[in-house]
Amino acid sequence: MYEKDGEKYFVVDSHMHYWNAAPDNWVPGQERYAKGWIECFHAYQGLGPPETHWPIEKFQRYSEDDLMRDLFEDGHVDVAIFQPTYLKEWYREGFNTTERNALMGEKHPGRFRYNTRWDPREGEDGREQLRRNADRFGSLGCKLYTAEWRQGSRGWKLTDPEAYRFLETCQELGIKNVHVHKGPTIWPLDKDAFDVADVDHAATDFPDLNFIVEHVGLPRIEDFCFMATQEPNVYAGCAVVIGGLMHARPKFFAKVMGELLFWVGEDKLLFGSDYAIWEPKWQVEGFVDWDYPDREEYSDYPAVTTATKKKILGLNAARLYGIEVPAEYRLGPGQGTPAAQDDSQLVTGT
Amino acid sequence: MNSGTAVSRGEVRGRTSRRGRLNAAATARTPTLADRVLAALGAVRDPELDEPVTSLGFVSSCSVSPAGEVRVLLRLPTYFCAPNFAFLMVADAYDAVSTVPGVVSTAIVLEDHFASDAINGGVAARAGFVASFDGEAVAELDQLRADFLRKAVMAGTDLVCRSLAGAGRAGDDLARMTLRDAPPSAELDRLRRRRAELGLPAGDDAALVIDPVTGDRVSTGQLPLHLRRARTFRVSMEANTGICRGMLRHRYQATGLGEEEAR
Repeated sequence: MYEKDGEKYFVVDSHMHYWNAAPDNWVPGQERYAKGWIECFHAYQGLGPPETHWPIEKFQRYSEDDLMRDLFEDGHVDVAIFQPTYLKEWYREGFNTTERNALMGEKHPGRFRYNTRWDPREGEDGREQLRRNADRFGSLGCKLYTAEWRQGSRGWKLTDPEAYRFLETCQELGIKNVHVHKGPTIWPLDKDAFDVADVDHAATDFPDLNFIVEHVGLPRIEDFCFMATQEPNVYAGCAVVIGGLMHARPKFFAKVMGELLFWVGEDKLLFGSDYAIWEPKWQVEGFVDWDYPDREEYSDYPAVTTATKKKILGLNAARLYGIEVPAEYRLGPGQGTPAAQDDSQLVTGT
Repeated sequence: MNSGTAVSRGEVRGRTSRRGRLNAAATARTPTLADRVLAALGAVRDPELDEPVTSLGFVSSCSVSPAGEVRVLLRLPTYFCAPNFAFLMVADAYDAVSTVPGVVSTAIVLEDHFASDAINGGVAARAGFVASFDGEAVAELDQLRADFLRKAVMAGTDLVCRSLAGAGRAGDDLARMTLRDAPPSAELDRLRRRRAELGLPAGDDAALVIDPVTGDRVSTGQLPLHLRRARTFRVSMEANTGICRGMLRHRYQATGLGEEEAR
């Protein structure tokens, strides 16, 4: 929770990690990929304020104490949602698996939600594992990384027939929040791997699932915006937007937020720190203080209110995950409904 | 959508830009072969960001032997930058450099990238993308390039029209205007070049605001949403450029050849 100027913010970090990317977890023969991956993440951290940068050794493997302090003691987070990324071709025990997350999180009851993951290329075995994970960890969401490499394959799409079978399984299991993370590769490699058209199709075909496109489709914000505005069950994960732009490129941050608020709307944006890429403290505090620069070029973007920030920082995600919000953190009368789906018709067909 | 031939590597774009840079350099002194090679690289763009690889800082070094052997080292913001765009930049750099008069051999080397070997080897062998990524690609990259040129046309439309709207031009005006009616500017020239590369109308009598797929004039009724979308393309491209520049700076301390901050 965070309080500023008499306003109380309930903070749900909808995208965070507890990874091990240290050399002893690198798969022999795949070291350059494991090293390249974590160094790439580390470069993203470089976009945050200098005093929040970590040395690469700590960044590769940070402790449970680091995480608990950075999120809950210093970072104002009330509830955090683990988003696993397996990458077992490169990391022996996985980069951060559902098991690793839960092993840590179970020591801190009420603080975490455990999303799981699936990969359509794993077929029936993968679906069985998904069922076990849903049962064991109570997952209400899953994180999908479509660019994951597997046995020579460079990735997959949500519209692959086998992916639809997994989405059906998600529906059966009550895994209703599908977080989609695009990466730089897919099959075939001549296609744009970041294209979100497959999310568009899946969202239409699975109206009872919520699709949260992570880092707002970056680097395809425009494709994502035009798609999300037409799909009531598509949301934006704001990891990377706040962490990667608010400090490093404040003018672009203001414009990207303006675009998101215009096309997607304040009910559909979810804060995520992407910890340990960025600590939540400066993101939460900076976002509460943030407004557009007072200039003409920002004047026709939708206004940002206290209610806007409360929804984005926590109330939208709390609604999607059924997280109880204490009364003093909820919105007042006339401030709208978090995670409401009905704004999405605004721009359609104009 | 069949504009692949209009945008095949290093044609219109390479010639016009190269000549412009050469003239500028010639006013100071006679350009050396190294100057001309660097100018040629200045005509190679990142297809996603629509900026020259030089100003983005992607050229880490360029060496030219007395005999005319050129070796260019390229670098990107991350180890995992998308391989298709990386391939286009390496291939375009090869085409731009190898056609500079006086160059007898060309080596373009992308460093520190997961697909460096496939890309460098494929380009050196003039193998094309499909052959360079055996079994992992089904088509060459003309369609991808054209799709991103269309995004650049949209972003450029915002650049040009925003200043016109700021100068009091109403939407009705903008829908009726031709390229001749717009005041001359570097942004307008750039928009024309991008449209020409796609084979879209780019002459004086062509409409100022067109659909980037069909080339048709955008009607008064369609204009507000079209321009609203154009702004989103521009914001997205600028935000991506900002992130890429920040990542590159974190990854490499040394400034690239010809690197400059964006506008």
